Amino acid sequence: MEASKVIHAIYTDDDVLMSAVKKVKAEKHHIEEIYTPFPVHGLDKAMGLAPTRIAITAFMYGLVGLTVAILMMNFIMIEDWPQNIGGKPSFSYIENMPAFVPIMFELTVFFAAHLMVITFYLRSRMWPFKKAENPDPRTTDDHFLMEIAVHGNEKELESLLAETGAVEINLVDKAH
Amino acid sequence: MYTFSNKLKTFSIILMVLGVLGVGYGFMTSHKSFEEVETLLAEEAHHGGGHGEEAEHAAPSHDAHATDSHGEGHAEEAHAEVDEHKKHVEHVQHQIANRPWAALYVAAFFFMMIALGILAFYAIQIASQAGWSPVLFRVMEGMTSYVLPGALIVLGIAVASGTIGHYNLFIWMDPEVVEHDKLIKGKSGFLNLPWFVIRGLIFIAGWSFYRYISRKYSTAQDEAGDNKNFKKLFRWSAGFLVFFIYTESMMSWDWIMSVDPHWFSTLFGWYVFASMFVSGITVLALLTIYLKSRGYLEFVNENHLHDVAKYMFAFSIFWTYLWFSQFMLIWYSNIPEEVTYFVSRFQDYQLPFIGMVVLNFVFPILMLMNADYKRIPWFVVMTGLVILFGHYIDIFNMIMPATVGDRWFIGIPEISSILLFAGLFIFIVFTALTKAPLLVKRYPFKKESEEFHY
Repeated sequence: MEASKVIHAIYTDDDVLMSAVKKVKAEKHHIEEIYTPFPVHGLDKAMGLAPTRIAITAFMYGLVGLTVAILMMNFIMIEDWPQNIGGKPSFSYIENMPAFVPIMFELTVFFAAHLMVITFYLRSRMWPFKKAENPDPRTTDDHFLMEIAVHGNEKELESLLAETGAVEINLVDKAH
Repeated sequence: MYTFSNKLKTFSIILMVLGVLGVGYGFMTSHKSFEEVETLLAEEAHHGGGHGEEAEHAAPSHDAHATDSHGEGHAEEAHAEVDEHKKHVEHVQHQIANRPWAALYVAAFFFMMIALGILAFYAIQIASQAGWSPVLFRVMEGMTSYVLPGALIVLGIAVASGTIGHYNLFIWMDPEVVEHDKLIKGKSGFLNLPWFVIRGLIFIAGWSFYRYISRKYSTAQDEAGDNKNFKKLFRWSAGFLVFFIYTESMMSWDWIMSVDPHWFSTLFGWYVFASMFVSGITVLALLTIYLKSRGYLEFVNENHLHDVAKYMFAFSIFWTYLWFSQFMLIWYSNIPEEVTYFVSRFQDYQLPFIGMVVLNFVFPILMLMNADYKRIPWFVVMTGLVILFGHYIDIFNMIMPATVGDRWFIGIPEISSILLFAGLFIFIVFTALTKAPLLVKRYPFKKESEEFHY
C-alpha cells in the first residue's frame, strides 16, 4: 500500500540532487519519485532503476514489420497475381527479392519506430487530455523534487534531507 | 612505451616466410603448357563434374575430327571448332596463370586498405575534434605506418602484372587487346600504363605525406608548450580528407574497377571506401583489445571499446547499403553492358557473393546490436574476425571474376598471400607502435578521452 504521507524535498541544482539521492539511498529510504525539468544524466543509475527494455520491444516490432512486408508482397506479387511487369521474374519471392527490399526495410523501420513509441506512451501512461501529475509546477522550470514515503519517521527524514541541501521540505498528505 | 615482443616478431616472420613459400609455389604451378591445360579440360569433361560448359566445347571438336572427310563444308566447320577449342584452352590457360597474381593482389590490397581506412578514420577523429578517441590515436598511427609500404606493394604488383607478367590482372595493359577492343581503346586516354603509374604515385605520395605530417605534429604536440601543433594537425587533417575522398575514388577506379575495363559503376568509390573503413576500424578494435590484454593500454576502458564496436556495426550497415544500392540498381534496370558484372559473379561466385552479405551484414547486425555485447572483448574479437574475413571475400569478389573467372578457389596461393601480408602488416605496425608512447601527452582532448564514459 502506498504511504498516505510523503515528503517533498526540493532542490535547485542537479548535482546537489544527485548527491542527495545517493545519500538517501545509502540510508535505505525508498524514493517514490523524482521530478526534474530535464533529463539528469545518471539519475536512473543512482536511484537504482531497472534498465529499460524498450529497445528489445523495438527489435521485436521490427521483426514483425519485416514479416508483414514479406508476407504481403509474397501474396500480392507472387501468389495472387504473378504478372509479368517489365520482365521482372515473378516466379518466386527470392527471384524478385531485390525489388522488394526497399519496402521490407521501410516497413521494418516503420513498425519498430511507431510501435515502440506507442509502447512508450502506454507504459508511461501518456495520452491527450491526461491530467498532469505534477506535484509542483516549478519542477518543469528550474526545480528538482524528490518524493519520499513517510512511515512515521518524518523527523529523521527531514533532518536527513535538510543535510543534503534541500531548499524546501514539505510534508504532504496524499490521501484526499 | 610498447616493446615488440620477440614471440610476436617471430610469429610475423614465420607468417611471411610461409607466405613467400606458398606464393612461390603458386607461381611455380600456375604456368601450364597448352597441352597440359588441354588434358586438364578433357579430364574435367570426362568427369563431367560441374563444368558442363567445357564438356560441350570439347565434345564437338572431337566429333569434328572424325567427320573431316565428309566434305568441304564440314571441314570448314571443323576448323572453326578446332579454332574455338584452341581459343578456349588458351583462355583457361591464361586464367590459371592469373591465379597467383590475383591472389597476391587481393591480399596486398586488403591489408593496404586496412591501413588506408584507418588513416581516413584518424583524420576524421582529429578534424571532428572527437573527445573519445585520443587515447587510441597512437594505435591508429601505428596502423597507418603500413600505408606507404602497403600501397607501394599494391601498385608494384599491378605494374608487375603488366610488365613482368603477361597482363595477368589488367587486360587494358595489353597493347594487343587494346588494338582490337574499341571500348578499351576509347578509354586508353585514362587507362594507359604511364598515366596509371603517375596517378598511383600521386595518391600514395599524398596519403604518405599526410601520414608523415600527422605523425610529426602528433608526437611534437607531446613535448610542445602550446597547442600550435594541434592546430596544424587539425588543418592538415581537414585538408587531407578533401584530398582523400578524391584520390580514394580514383584509386578504386584504377586499382579495382579497371580489372573489368568494360564495366563501370558510379558509386564504386564509395563502396570500396566503406569496405576499407569498416575493415580498418575492425582491425583497430582487435589491436586495441590485444594491446590492452597485454597491459599496454590501461587508460582504454570498455566505453572506448563500445564506441569502436558501434563504428563497426554502423559501417557494416553502411557497406551493405552501398553494396545493395550498386547491385539493385544494376539488377533492376538489367542493361546488358552493366549487368554482366553481376551475372558472372552470380554464376561462378554464388557462395562468396551471397556469403559475404551474410558475413558482412547479417552476422554483425545480429551480434553487435546489443549494447552489452559491444563491451565484451571476446565478443568484439569474434565478430571482428568474421567481418574481416567477409571483407577479404569482398575484395576477392571484385578482383577474381575478372582475372581467373570460374577457375577460382581459396587454396594455397590465396591463403599464403594472406599470410605473407598479414605477417608484413603485423611486423610494420608493431614496429611503428614501439616508436612513440602509446598515450598522447599534451593533446587538448586527452583528459576528456581518458575519462570518457558512455
